[in-house]
Amino acid sequence: MIRVSDLHKAFGRKVVLDGIDFALERGESLVVIGGSGTGKSVLLKCLLGLERPDRGAIEIAGLTRPRPHELAAHVGMLFQGSALFDSLPVWQNVAFRLLRGPARMGKAQARAQADEKLARVGLESAVGDLFPAELSGGMQKRVGLARAIAGDPPILFVDEPTAGLDPIMAAVINALIREIVTEMGATAITITHDMRTLNDVADRVAMLHEGRFYWQGTAAEALSTDDPVMQQFTQGRTTGPIPTLR
Amino acid sequence: MIATLHRFLGATGHAVSGLMGAIGRFAAFAALTVSHLFRPPWYGREFALQLVQIGWLSLPVVGLTALFTGGALALQIFAGSARFSAEFAVPSITAIGMVRELGPVLGGLMVAARVASSIAAEIGTMKVSEQIDALRTLATEPMKYLTLPRVLAATLAMPVLVAVGDAIGILGGYAVGVTRLGFDGSTYLRNTVDFLEFWDIASGLVKGAVFGFLVALSGCYFGMNSGRGAQGVGEATKSAVVLASVLILSANYLLTEAFFSA
Repeated sequence: MIRVSDLHKAFGRKVVLDGIDFALERGESLVVIGGSGTGKSVLLKCLLGLERPDRGAIEIAGLTRPRPHELAAHVGMLFQGSALFDSLPVWQNVAFRLLRGPARMGKAQARAQADEKLARVGLESAVGDLFPAELSGGMQKRVGLARAIAGDPPILFVDEPTAGLDPIMAAVINALIREIVTEMGATAITITHDMRTLNDVADRVAMLHEGRFYWQGTAAEALSTDDPVMQQFTQGRTTGPIPTLR
Repeated sequence: MIATLHRFLGATGHAVSGLMGAIGRFAAFAALTVSHLFRPPWYGREFALQLVQIGWLSLPVVGLTALFTGGALALQIFAGSARFSAEFAVPSITAIGMVRELGPVLGGLMVAARVASSIAAEIGTMKVSEQIDALRTLATEPMKYLTLPRVLAATLAMPVLVAVGDAIGILGGYAVGVTRLGFDGSTYLRNTVDFLEFWDIASGLVKGAVFGFLVALSGCYFGMNSGRGAQGVGEATKSAVVLASVLILSANYLLTEAFFSA
């Protein structure tokens, strides 16, 4: 479903991705962990075609080095800050593609689908008439997730789903992601530095460190490995091989 | 001495190449925007929304500016023409001044302040909050969805704003002429209408269209290229207004030269 090999990306002299290799099969959920500024978001943007890699091969849903518009039918994306369109009411955010894409549908039908997706993430239809600025952070994440799954994509990318949320809301969002991924049979890549997300969402974990997938394994292995880099990260220690000033 | 000259030439060359690069990027952005006009899909709802935002909602500020400018222009022309006993020329010169220059230029500058800033701030905020990326992942080209509707709406709305501003400006001159300068109302209007030519009005409307294009383009360009955070968006907003204003004034000179030079 997703194959990445020898992916490189640098900004000026700063090398962010230095040879990423992985493959993800249909229905698999990969959680990428790593410290702030290690290139997790850049990796997702390269996969989405929002950033052009310097080198390497990307294949998603049979498309080689796809551009964003080619991926739209295959990939749903939940952005870190939800990235909802302020000028549109919630339901039009969710139904954005349904109202504009090549398979554009009528307003009533799009509204019905938006309401269905809002219900799937635990929001009432009335929320659809509000504007994003009127929602709490947790509700914005839910709406972002509803928008990501609006077209029933076979692939889901999620960027820091719990950033800025309280622990209860973070758990709710994690559970929602896991449920939706399982229910849709979607292939998912979630990037996070939240250990709870790792536990709740991952089939497989990859640690991005110094531009590479330094470590890969299951969530249980990630939390029990004696690798010093993994231990420092998962236990949140201030001393160890990962520099704290970066 | 040679080292100083070397540094000076180096700095000058660097500045000139930077300027040329910036002009090139802006021109390429303009060309890309225009090219989207000929390639579907088009977003009619966005265009209609921008017509309201840019055109309709700018009417008060353009109208007020024109009203006071027309009144002040009539007073100034009366004071100047009185030295040559040519007070009768106040209506026609006020009208010509409004429709050829002050209507489009001041209207353009007011719209630049209002519209270029808001476009740059809105698009810049969308960029830093990843909304532009979100558009791309939803198979929507931001240049098509954000830039083209704004540029097209401003280009089409500005001539209408200028026409309304011209009328209000002339009305301002009329009000001052009749109430403060002792003109007879019907004589003032007749002098205004008789001496205005079609090209006086049309040239102002053409200027308006060009200024509208430049204003919206500046706002979109700096919004799309906004830096990160509040400072980046603030810088983009400021740059958009400054560039739009400078472009309006320089384009006004070039257009005036093209339209009216002997």
